[in-house]
Amino acid sequence: MGKTTILRRVVLAGATALAATGFATSAWAQKTKLTVYTAIENEQLDPFKKAFEADNPTIEIAWVRDSTGVVTAKLIAEKDNPRADVIWGLAASSVGLFASMGMIEPYTPAGAAALKPMFRSGKTPDTWVGMDAFLAVVCFNTVEADKGKKAKPTSWADLTKPEYKDSIVMPNPASSGTGYLTVAGWLTIMGEDAGWKFMDALHQNVAQYLHSGSAPCVQAAKGERLIGIGFDMRGATEKTKGAPIDLIVPKEGLGWEMEATAIMKGTKNLEAAKKLADWASSLKANELYGKYYAIVANPAVKSMPPNYPADGEKLMAKVDVEWMAKNRERILAEWTKRYDGKSAPKAK
Amino acid sequence: MSLAAPTPKTVLRISLSRDDLLMRVGLVALVGVLLLIVALPLWALLAKGFEDRDGRYVGLANYISYFSTPALFNSALNSFHVAAVCTVIVVPMSFLYAYALTRTVLPGKWLFQGISLIPIFAPSLLPGLALVYLFGNQGFFKGLIGGSIYGFDGIVIAQVFYCFPHATMIMVTALATADARLYEAADALGASKIRVFFTVTLPGAKYGLISAALVVFTLVITDFGIAKVIGGNFNVLATDVYKQVIGQQNFSMGAVVGMVLLAPAALAFLVDRLVQRKQVALLTARAVPLIPKPKFGRDLFFTAFCTLVSAGILAILGMAAWGSLIKYWPYNLSLTLANYEFANFDANGWESYFNSLRMAAGTAIIGTALMFVGAWLNEKTRGFGVIRGIVQLLAFLPMAVPGIVLGLGYIFFFNAPNNPLNFLYATIGILVINTVAHFYTVGHLTATTALKQIHPEFESVSASLKVPIWKTFGRVTAPICLPAILDIAIYLFVNAMTTVSSVIFLYAPDTKLASVAAVNIEEAGTTAAAAALCLVIVITSAAVKALHLLADRFLLGRLQAWRRR
Repeated sequence: MGKTTILRRVVLAGATALAATGFATSAWAQKTKLTVYTAIENEQLDPFKKAFEADNPTIEIAWVRDSTGVVTAKLIAEKDNPRADVIWGLAASSVGLFASMGMIEPYTPAGAAALKPMFRSGKTPDTWVGMDAFLAVVCFNTVEADKGKKAKPTSWADLTKPEYKDSIVMPNPASSGTGYLTVAGWLTIMGEDAGWKFMDALHQNVAQYLHSGSAPCVQAAKGERLIGIGFDMRGATEKTKGAPIDLIVPKEGLGWEMEATAIMKGTKNLEAAKKLADWASSLKANELYGKYYAIVANPAVKSMPPNYPADGEKLMAKVDVEWMAKNRERILAEWTKRYDGKSAPKAK
Repeated sequence: MSLAAPTPKTVLRISLSRDDLLMRVGLVALVGVLLLIVALPLWALLAKGFEDRDGRYVGLANYISYFSTPALFNSALNSFHVAAVCTVIVVPMSFLYAYALTRTVLPGKWLFQGISLIPIFAPSLLPGLALVYLFGNQGFFKGLIGGSIYGFDGIVIAQVFYCFPHATMIMVTALATADARLYEAADALGASKIRVFFTVTLPGAKYGLISAALVVFTLVITDFGIAKVIGGNFNVLATDVYKQVIGQQNFSMGAVVGMVLLAPAALAFLVDRLVQRKQVALLTARAVPLIPKPKFGRDLFFTAFCTLVSAGILAILGMAAWGSLIKYWPYNLSLTLANYEFANFDANGWESYFNSLRMAAGTAIIGTALMFVGAWLNEKTRGFGVIRGIVQLLAFLPMAVPGIVLGLGYIFFFNAPNNPLNFLYATIGILVINTVAHFYTVGHLTATTALKQIHPEFESVSASLKVPIWKTFGRVTAPICLPAILDIAIYLFVNAMTTVSSVIFLYAPDTKLASVAAVNIEEAGTTAAAAALCLVIVITSAAVKALHLLADRFLLGRLQAWRRR
């Protein structure tokens, strides 16, 4: 009698354990791990992941995050054996390049029809869908301006005034996407001839061309330079942290770039990837983007994160994205010839 | 006719060739490993220099278009200029410092030794940040330097700080083993101190001096991190690679500049071949280790010199430490510990720090074994000159390769769908392998320098006693070289903690490293948190080094006792 009880217990325990492991593994298997490549800001990673996973409990996001240039280079290098399932939050110009290289799985997400037209790739089905737009604005340090009695600029033309000599930093368009969209924006607004003439004059006032789009506004925020031409969101967050800067949208208009979502061709998790693409263009997601960016894809979202310049969206230059991509090498070569080669000896 | 009795000649050949065969097989295996971790990944990227953007073969078209750009000449000239200036400053400085550590009676020697290593513990971001705090447009001492810190001056100061320990480490190894009998003889012959210095000390350290110069020169030429933070508009070849690869995703042009950057390595290789031929072993079995005796004037001078150098290093570190505690520089200088809450600045928080620890430990263990055994095989194998030359060349390559080029090469090579090793991709394993490859040169040079100082008579004696060569390795060579072996392990550990440019392309979601996180945090504008993370890395490496010094004192004391009279 006693023996059988023990035996029964052992068998029961074994069965329970087996069932438990079986259950656990099936629960494991249900969770699809999506590898998502991104260049969104660090502080956005957790909120984005949590918000998506709350609505899609069977999918888990594993981020690979770095700066736009690094992530873009990495994706192209991995082309023959892609490791990413989805791109969520990378410059649309990069994603457009991937699409032209056949690296993208075309898919029109569920919520795409509700978005502003310029936030879509224009292909059917879409190769990418935009999330938010960022601008190359002027960050102006008011404390340093008071010290040097410098007037606040309101236009690009103002920046060529001699009083700003050696006090402007901007990204080098050869090393930074933000730098290129700034230059392309000028050439679009002013036309090629006037655009280059403007940059010739601006060059006299530029202290340094930096290798990142965030750095100029950060340097202006820390008083390292009076004026930084760069990425708006970075300027706004620095101001929120207590930096004495004003974000200025020059009245002539300005260059911009958007962040986009796309599915990688060859992903082994296509269904889950589509769910993420759907979610990324939903109203809920756009409301989330609106917490960080003033200009988002869904027209129903009226957002104004703290310390953003108010009139940015109206002044966005009518940039032809295809023209930007096609003329990139020519413009960079010309820019490098004019400003990069000769800038070396006079390090200021 | 006795078939069973072999001629004495045959016996001799068999007993000789078993060791020789073993070592030759080992050497061939080493070449295989180096091809896999250095040459093939490198070629995977450099081959793109002969293709256009769509992958069509275009011959030398990219080279022609690159060499016809005036900007290239400018960057190459700048690179050469800044590297030459840094070499001229760092090599004598590290020689004097190493001389003080090994040949004089220095009060608090262990402290000076520790301080000299601090720069190697720090990510290259740190000197850049500290220099901005010190001499930037809002810096505390901006009046002290005539112009702006951004540009040539800034690069030189930061590079000197960054390269100093690399050169010092080689110089200490070169100066640590000296035969006191040579000095006694010189003394007895009445040679002047200057004559002794030029006829005994310098020739003994020649290999170390040249290695140090080559290392500093190529480190400066290939480093991008410092030029990025503090370089201003001073264009160098390494920034050209960055612009092509990261800025424009133009791998073909990046490969062309990468190839141009290999020129210094080729030069280093040739110089090394020339010097090697003339190098003689210093440490024979009869050698008597040199124990420095107190000498007031000399010791005072070197104490002052070391104090000055150490003060400079500590000023840069101290500024970074203070900066890491500041709330919002320069407008709110009140202090806070909030910058050490890394989860607020990077989604991985402290996790990336523990990844770094695991990666660094793996690199130290695997890398040291490979580099030391490799250098030993290369030094002690008889004949086989071609293969040994190939090993030497492959060992020199990584130093001259910018991290960006190596990292991308790793993607192309290890991520290829038909590479049986592609299971390694996106694991911590690939980070370890990449870091071992990236820092192969200095480890190899250190091991070679140490091995060269052991006279081959040890092997000859063992061979005549019919002791297998691997026993001599285990019982004689490795114990003699234990200080150098530990130095290599520590060198690999601390560099693995700070490396960025190559691994930035290779980490996966769960293997992000602290050094990469620091760069990301700095790019997001949170300078103080970046300084804080750099400091945590410095403290970790310093702690590991402290353990090493303790081990040196108590454990090695026994093994190295024979060096003392």
